[in-house]
Amino acid sequence: METVVFLLAATAAVVSALGVVMARNPVHSALSLVGTLFAVAVLFVLQEAHFLAAVQVIVYAGAVVVLFLFVIMLLGVDRHEMLDDPLPFQRPLALAAGAVALFGLLALVGGTVATGGFSARGPALSGSEGNVERIAKSLFTDFIWPFEITSVLLVIAVVGAIVLVREGRPGEAEAEDGDGAPR
Amino acid sequence: MSVDTQYYLIVAAILFTVGATGVLVRRNALVMFMCVELMLNAVNLTFVTFARALDDIGGQVFVFFVLVVAAAEVVVGLAIIVAIFRKRQGATADDLNLLKG
Repeated sequence: METVVFLLAATAAVVSALGVVMARNPVHSALSLVGTLFAVAVLFVLQEAHFLAAVQVIVYAGAVVVLFLFVIMLLGVDRHEMLDDPLPFQRPLALAAGAVALFGLLALVGGTVATGGFSARGPALSGSEGNVERIAKSLFTDFIWPFEITSVLLVIAVVGAIVLVREGRPGEAEAEDGDGAPR
Repeated sequence: MSVDTQYYLIVAAILFTVGATGVLVRRNALVMFMCVELMLNAVNLTFVTFARALDDIGGQVFVFFVLVVAAAEVVVGLAIIVAIFRKRQGATADDLNLLKG
């Protein structure tokens, strides 16, 4: 049973990922991205990461992709992509680099080269408590300092986004307008 | 019966490669961004897989932080794309050659 679910989710994830890359229309790319994120969430559930699966669906599929779609619709870039390539050798070279990376990663997975981190073992994953309880305990004891820094990071991101998209007021000199292009 | 760790890692490797190739191949800045998200998700899958394989909750907590950083990155990145689009009327990465000598 688990094998069947795994095969279905893995196939869906890979096919949707290919859809993200190959779709001509950015809206189709965004919708394929939702498919991949859901499939990865299913894989999370299969590995007993229930909390992360829920967060994945809520934050990624619910917020990030919606933000992507907002921007696509706002900018109206959902028509065409410039297809003539100024660097004609770039695309084959990129595909070759991707193939090399894939073979390298698969070789790493097959071998037992990367077995370094065993000594850094933290609190156990298995046990009688639920997954959420365990993550909460670890997050608010071992990882409390990174957690606090995370909140600062989010505030900085919000302020940065507002500063970046703010229209300059009419009276303001456009000193930050590097190339002096008229609006 | 449970699926072996290696198969999850293979799926993650394929997802990561597809994302990386997408960043190299596509020229629409928005689609490049989505491919970066794809790569982040592949790494998250690896983290969760190793968290189960090594019986260590740290991997899952780390995925939580990766999610937060990815959300912040999307917010700032999309703001930059919107700001660029206002000036240039296009979101193709090759048009951004202001620093070219």
